[in-house]
Amino acid sequence: MSDILKSSRRAFLRGSVAAAAGAVTAGAARAATPDPLITEVQDWASGLGQGVDEVPYGLPIEFESDVIRRNVEWLTADTISSINFTPIHALDGTITPQGCAFERHHSGAIELKKEDYRLMINGLVDRPLVFTYADLERFPRENHVYFCECAANTGMEWAGAQLNGAQFTHGMIHNMEYTGVPLRSLLNEAGLSGETAGKWVYVEGADASSNGRSIPLEKALDDVLVAFKANGEALRKEHGYPVRLVVPGWEGNMWIKWLRRIEVLDQPVESREETSKYTDTLADGTSRKWTWVMDAKSVITSPSPQMPITHGPGPLVVTGMAWTGHGRITRVDVSRDGGKSWETARLSQEGGNKALVRFYLDTDWDGGEMLLQARAMDETGYVQPTKSQLRDVRGENSIYHNNCIQTWHVKSNGVAENVEVS
Amino acid sequence: GLTDSRLGLGRPALEAEIAAWDVDILPDGTGLPEGSGDVWTGEEVFAEQCAACHGDFAEGVGNWPTLAGGWDTLDRKDPVKTVGSYWPYLSTVWDYVHRSMPFGAAQTLSDDEVYAITAYILYSNDIVDEDFTLSHENFLEVEMPNAAGFIVDDRAEAEYAQWRAEPCMENCKDSVEITMRATVLDVTPDQAGAA
Repeated sequence: MSDILKSSRRAFLRGSVAAAAGAVTAGAARAATPDPLITEVQDWASGLGQGVDEVPYGLPIEFESDVIRRNVEWLTADTISSINFTPIHALDGTITPQGCAFERHHSGAIELKKEDYRLMINGLVDRPLVFTYADLERFPRENHVYFCECAANTGMEWAGAQLNGAQFTHGMIHNMEYTGVPLRSLLNEAGLSGETAGKWVYVEGADASSNGRSIPLEKALDDVLVAFKANGEALRKEHGYPVRLVVPGWEGNMWIKWLRRIEVLDQPVESREETSKYTDTLADGTSRKWTWVMDAKSVITSPSPQMPITHGPGPLVVTGMAWTGHGRITRVDVSRDGGKSWETARLSQEGGNKALVRFYLDTDWDGGEMLLQARAMDETGYVQPTKSQLRDVRGENSIYHNNCIQTWHVKSNGVAENVEVS
Repeated sequence: GLTDSRLGLGRPALEAEIAAWDVDILPDGTGLPEGSGDVWTGEEVFAEQCAACHGDFAEGVGNWPTLAGGWDTLDRKDPVKTVGSYWPYLSTVWDYVHRSMPFGAAQTLSDDEVYAITAYILYSNDIVDEDFTLSHENFLEVEMPNAAGFIVDDRAEAEYAQWRAEPCMENCKDSVEITMRATVLDVTPDQAGAA
């Protein structure tokens, strides 16, 4: 490291101490003593910063080192068939940085070169085909922003408040701008004869788990994308490089990574991932299957257990994200009293189709306790339910598809906790 | 919808290529290769290839999946979902074991070994007797206990119909009590460890 950088770090540390000393007057209209961060020339205002050749591909600045994926060891038997969590508590806007976007693998993140990549289409088609990666880049492309939410997101919360942080309760989600080829274009190339009604595609990955899933042909011909770019660049290894399936609005398990084969069938395969897993057991012991769509959902990301209020009473930005697999979010309401009363939040932009939307409630905090909740509504008129409403229909054993209203108990010291309320 | 225009991209898939990759088995048995395996052979193969994680009797080790038992638990708290108590189709067992097991060395089992392991898992679940031999010919005769235990997604009727209504905004409830706290469980990873 260059001397100038060491010098900058010393300056930062000195600045931190000064800032801490001034904390008692934070928020006051007038400072008692001049702020040395202003009155003294800082190293960064005098010396030199980093050259343009230092970092060909950058990572976040070290002060953001807490904005990372987190693993919860006890959730799974090992880390290979497991899950980690997007730091949604610390993010804003809607686009998830790929480097901290959650991962869910069933046999690990594999390394598959573009040169080694093959995609097969077979089954009930006129011409079974094999594509190389280079072939895929020659099809007309589309760009769309969509959320990918694991079916198990919030699944640990069915029986009660368990994990203390939005990252852990709601972080099995990311939202990216995908570039790819409509699956319909590839199927068209292979040729579909006869009726499409009642037919299915079976999609599987190149990894050992294969993660095979059955999708009705109607959905495959609608908006499913075969994607090779996300947020402008190639997919990350852990997100399916070089090619993954994007299944807008539907549970993340169906977004097959390292996509290697698409088979047209006259029946579903009823694979492991749609029988043993991703089926939702109800209170009477029967189970729903083919629960593909992710229903409307929201969560307040700040304040939240990992994002306590540190600035004291006064202006407070309550923010969060909402999404629905049924189309667009039209409204998000926020409650500060555990659902007794609600006020409508501001959507920072029009809700995208099957994409995250950011909401803000610009409010004034009196320093009292709050029971913060958000409640999303989508264009079909669906209103995000409470956990009680969900449990009344499903019981506590369905594991997947928990889109309940989340409550954060914000105490007068600004600390927030994951709670359930009556 | 589909059009008549094609770009002419890709090339025909060869029979051998399709055979190598298209190994899925359907509930009606489509895709099953010829072959067979009995419970005793299955026990041997299972002990060698599977028991380290799934237990000698398919009962599961540690946090690894339990493959046997759990009957009549689906409507109770913490149901035990196994091949015997939960899985609707035997085809899925054959397909998944053949394609994705053992964990870390998938696609190393022969067809007959998969038949034998499948027979042993059935035996572990008391679905067949110890002298049972499973083959492509009698595969569909096996009755899976929870075959009728699944319904197609009914949220449209059971949920959407009642939850698509203008929600309450004021005086929605008389009182609000905290009924559960995550910090009581204290199972969240330590945030201070982040770096």
